Amino acid sequence: MFTELLNNVNIDIGRGTAQAIGAIVLCLAVVGLCRRFGVHVEREGAISIARGLAQMVFVGIVLAALLHGSLLVGAVILLAMTFAAAVTASRRARGVRGSLLLSFYAIAAGAGVVIAGMLTTGTLTTDVSVLVPVGSMIIANAMNACAQSVERFRADVTAHVGYIETGLALGAVPSVAAAPYFQSAVYASLLPRLDMMKSLGLVWIPGVMAGMVVSGANPIYASIYQFVIVAMIFAASGITGLVATLLMRTRAFSTAAQLTIRPGIEKRNAPLKP
Amino acid sequence: MAYVTGLPDVGWRRPLQQRRQLTTSVGLARRQVTCKIEAFMDNKTVSALAPVPTGIETEHLSRTVFDKALVSDISVQLRPGEILAVVGPSGAGKSSFLRLLNRLDEPTGGTVRLNGQDYRELPAQELRRRVGMVMQSAFLFPGTVATNVAFGPQQRGERLTSEQMAALLERVGLPGYRERDVSHLSGGEAQRVSLARTLANAPVALLLDEPTSALDEASSRAIEELLLDIVRERQTVCAIVTHNTTQAHRIADRAMIIEKGRVISVGPAKEVLDAYKEV
Repeated sequence: MFTELLNNVNIDIGRGTAQAIGAIVLCLAVVGLCRRFGVHVEREGAISIARGLAQMVFVGIVLAALLHGSLLVGAVILLAMTFAAAVTASRRARGVRGSLLLSFYAIAAGAGVVIAGMLTTGTLTTDVSVLVPVGSMIIANAMNACAQSVERFRADVTAHVGYIETGLALGAVPSVAAAPYFQSAVYASLLPRLDMMKSLGLVWIPGVMAGMVVSGANPIYASIYQFVIVAMIFAASGITGLVATLLMRTRAFSTAAQLTIRPGIEKRNAPLKP
Repeated sequence: MAYVTGLPDVGWRRPLQQRRQLTTSVGLARRQVTCKIEAFMDNKTVSALAPVPTGIETEHLSRTVFDKALVSDISVQLRPGEILAVVGPSGAGKSSFLRLLNRLDEPTGGTVRLNGQDYRELPAQELRRRVGMVMQSAFLFPGTVATNVAFGPQQRGERLTSEQMAALLERVGLPGYRERDVSHLSGGEAQRVSLARTLANAPVALLLDEPTSALDEASSRAIEELLLDIVRERQTVCAIVTHNTTQAHRIADRAMIIEKGRVISVGPAKEVLDAYKEV
């Protein structure tokens, strides 16, 4: 298997390296241009380019090695990706207890339900080479949806503490007192995906279709399959946004219906001066 | 507690309708007995009697957040039909104290008793219906005056009748404001709607957190008078947080001075406030 792999690598390596060098040169040129205008991204740019290249080469090698691996291998890889996505998304919910688990549950729920549905209906094959790239797209979008809903909910709640506590003081349960902010958070997580579906084909032709067409697939089937993927991304984002916001809402209130996320809580909690 | 002996138990497992009837009858019975006891005490025939456990009573109430004592060991009694002014400098813990009374914040020590009952025994929603709060800003929900006033009862699946709504708005001096959009109200009007919205829950206690601080002198005075009338007429327990000692003088029966979360003095308003002014 590895001989075959190395042969493939040898055939494409020259072309791939040349293309990568071209891309890096263009990126460095942009970094240089930014520098002229006083925008300094040299260090970050270099790190990002190096990391991106190394990570993609690593993924390529893993995919090549596991090209026809079992569903279990694919599932383990997707689970690891979900965890990595949860770590990234949880940074948006700093200060909220259990934010990593919250993000993990939300992303796993959204991506899990959709990927399982696609596997059941045969839209997705269990081949690692198909499952992992498509699954990663869904997980990445679920991650964005999670981060967006969590961030929006927290921002809205902290900006409307007075209204929420007024609702509570009038005898409302937390779900009623925070209803407008719950709705706007879920909507915020869906908005980019709604726009994505609306602009599909008009503004952009996403990667899956482009890749399929490049590799010789029927363009009509490729476009329909692309729509399916985007629709699944929307579904996964919706589930993730809902679960993330529901969990955020649960964590935002104590069992005695007290709002626990408040602005300036650090200030309020600052130790007394002697 | 003797005055409530023999009253029916308002268990939370009872059906809602039955519970409401019971609550009403318990409330009425308590009020009647309370009034009798007060009338009795007014005649000064029982001045040696122990304090009647009615209204709201705080017991060593404290709240400490990350080693900062916001409220420290406050034990005070708030009686029906009486206004207690909570006075003190900014950051003294006045609002923090008030927020503990309807459990918007959790005490880290001590407790609050509502007519002798530990308030943790009540569901938070029911406690907050009984102990109403008016905040510094009106925080009216978008929509009409009517949607705001109906909000509290709606949370319990109740609807205010047209007459009840009209009576409430009349009471706060806003007759005919029912269908007004809240975005068109002045500061004073908004605060009156906020008061009507709280009163719609028929609370036994009113907590007010600097309710007139954003209003001009005339609107402030009008709200003060309205408050005095309502407290006397409904015999509600009332605590008002204010940094304005003149206002406290005008409306309070008793005053409590707080500094750094601790009670400096508490007693008849005039005595306490005069002593505070001198300091």
